[in-house]
Amino acid sequence: MKKYTFTEKKDTRSGFGAGMHVLGQQNPNVVALCADLVGSLKLEPFIKENPERFIQCGISEANMIGLSAGLTIGGKIPFATTFANFATGRVYDQIRQSVAYSNKNVKICASHAGLTLGEDGATHQILEDIGMMKMLPGMTVINPCDYNQTKAATIAIAEYDGPVYLRFGRPVIPIFTDADQKFEIGKAWMVNEGTDVSIFATGHMVWEAIQAGEILEAEGINAEIINIHTIKPLDEEAILKSIEKTGCVVTAEEHNRIGGLGDSVAQVIVKNKLVPQEYVAVNDSFGESGTPAQLLEKYGLDAKHIVEAAKRAIARK
Amino acid sequence: MEIEQLEKVASQVRRDIVRMVHGCQSGHPGGSLGCTDLLVALYFERMKLKEQDGKVVFDMDGKDEDLFFLSNGHISPVWYSVLARKGYFPVSELATFRKLNSRLQGHPTTHEHLEGIRIASGSLGQGLSVALGAATAKKLNNDKGIVYVLMGDGEQQEGQVWEAATFAPHHQVDNLIAFIDLNGQQIDGPTVKVMNNRDLGAKYEAFGWEVISIEEGNDMAAVLKGLYEAKGRLGHGRPIMVLLHTGMGYGVDFMMGSHKWHGVAPNDEQLAAALAQLDETLGDY
Repeated sequence: MKKYTFTEKKDTRSGFGAGMHVLGQQNPNVVALCADLVGSLKLEPFIKENPERFIQCGISEANMIGLSAGLTIGGKIPFATTFANFATGRVYDQIRQSVAYSNKNVKICASHAGLTLGEDGATHQILEDIGMMKMLPGMTVINPCDYNQTKAATIAIAEYDGPVYLRFGRPVIPIFTDADQKFEIGKAWMVNEGTDVSIFATGHMVWEAIQAGEILEAEGINAEIINIHTIKPLDEEAILKSIEKTGCVVTAEEHNRIGGLGDSVAQVIVKNKLVPQEYVAVNDSFGESGTPAQLLEKYGLDAKHIVEAAKRAIARK
Repeated sequence: MEIEQLEKVASQVRRDIVRMVHGCQSGHPGGSLGCTDLLVALYFERMKLKEQDGKVVFDMDGKDEDLFFLSNGHISPVWYSVLARKGYFPVSELATFRKLNSRLQGHPTTHEHLEGIRIASGSLGQGLSVALGAATAKKLNNDKGIVYVLMGDGEQQEGQVWEAATFAPHHQVDNLIAFIDLNGQQIDGPTVKVMNNRDLGAKYEAFGWEVISIEEGNDMAAVLKGLYEAKGRLGHGRPIMVLLHTGMGYGVDFMMGSHKWHGVAPNDEQLAAALAQLDETLGDY
């Protein structure tokens, strides 16, 4: 097992804020919009240096999406920011018609995704956003794994012409990817090569998968771990190459088991090569208040559950 | 263009509308006929449009020209006809309206790359937000173009409209002129019965808009005068709302003033009766 160490922990939303800070200096067409959550989205450095390119929308997410679509007419690159629940479910039709169907170069950037925003509870813990966004034709869906990768992804999506959903979160987690990485949309990232089971993880679950890999290694199981930071378009080639080698799959995501990464991977498996797959995901339920660690444990998303899922998958080979 | 010429264009556009809706036996003639005079006045007289060798040309960014957005996308027939008659695409294409493989979808879309259209609309309540975004981009680009947007009166029942209505004065979007087509009708009946909007002028004024009225929205001279007045009020820190009083189905006597022609196509007999009331001035497609 490749050794992953870290010296610092940070939230992925701060990676987004750092990426926006860089974009503010590098790309004069980037405009930031926010629906009354500037502090939560870590936009202060961008706003301080580019006040004329920040648009405060107030608590009006539907209007923010429409504004963003309109800003692209004239060549702006709008980054519409709020919590994941309000950035997707609340404004699905606005995204569908004014952004996706109209093929507008809007970047929907969503913090506090999944269970790990913690104490705010289920009203804010969206677990359906990946599914909703990936179903929209032409939408790119990205869920990076740590601070550095979120920063790199933020910078990368400004260069890409088309609608993007960028999903990140609130909990403070280890920084284990390179600070100077080049983020390639749609290209899966090999975390650890292995032979016994393929663990495809996204977002915060990548760190859990690495911890699971270490536990499995101690028990003599050699897990291949791949970070699927881009759920759409999915890197089918990397997935197929891995399952060809290992013959069984675990998918791990902070999302409902219905409609997320697991289902996307299952489609690849069904179409190409039948192998056992185990889901580590929320079992079609809403979340609740608690600390991130408590919630990951209770809802079956932590490293321990990935270990168990890996063993089940291997047993089904 | 002289008023008389504009009226001729409007007559042909009304013929196009009725024929298009008849041709596919679906679509929305009522609101289209009611807004014909506004769209003709905008595109043939008031809007600054990009031209090359005397012909209009289209690009998505629309820099340094005026832009028009149709929020109540179901009145697509009037917009398609005006765009074609203005020269954005061949008038013969109007015959494909709502048919398979057409660029003239039931509701406007950028998906088929139809010249003149910059956003999809149809799901109501979204156009004002989009127009505000485009107007904001113009300000950031130091572009002096004006952004126009048309909404329906029934559409005012959508919550998003009021998010946008709050935003515009706060951010002093004063390069935008919005219209509400006040025809008093929506699908299920008169607007006052379905869901009374009450005094829209007072509402927008309370939100911080400059509000003017065009009482005779189907009188070309009155529409031109109203547009001139609206334009004169731009650039003073407030968005402009024009309450455009129109008759649903205007120009075809048996379609006028009733919600029944909101989204119904005429049969052969009704088509003949309608066309008999509308002069063919520019040649049918």
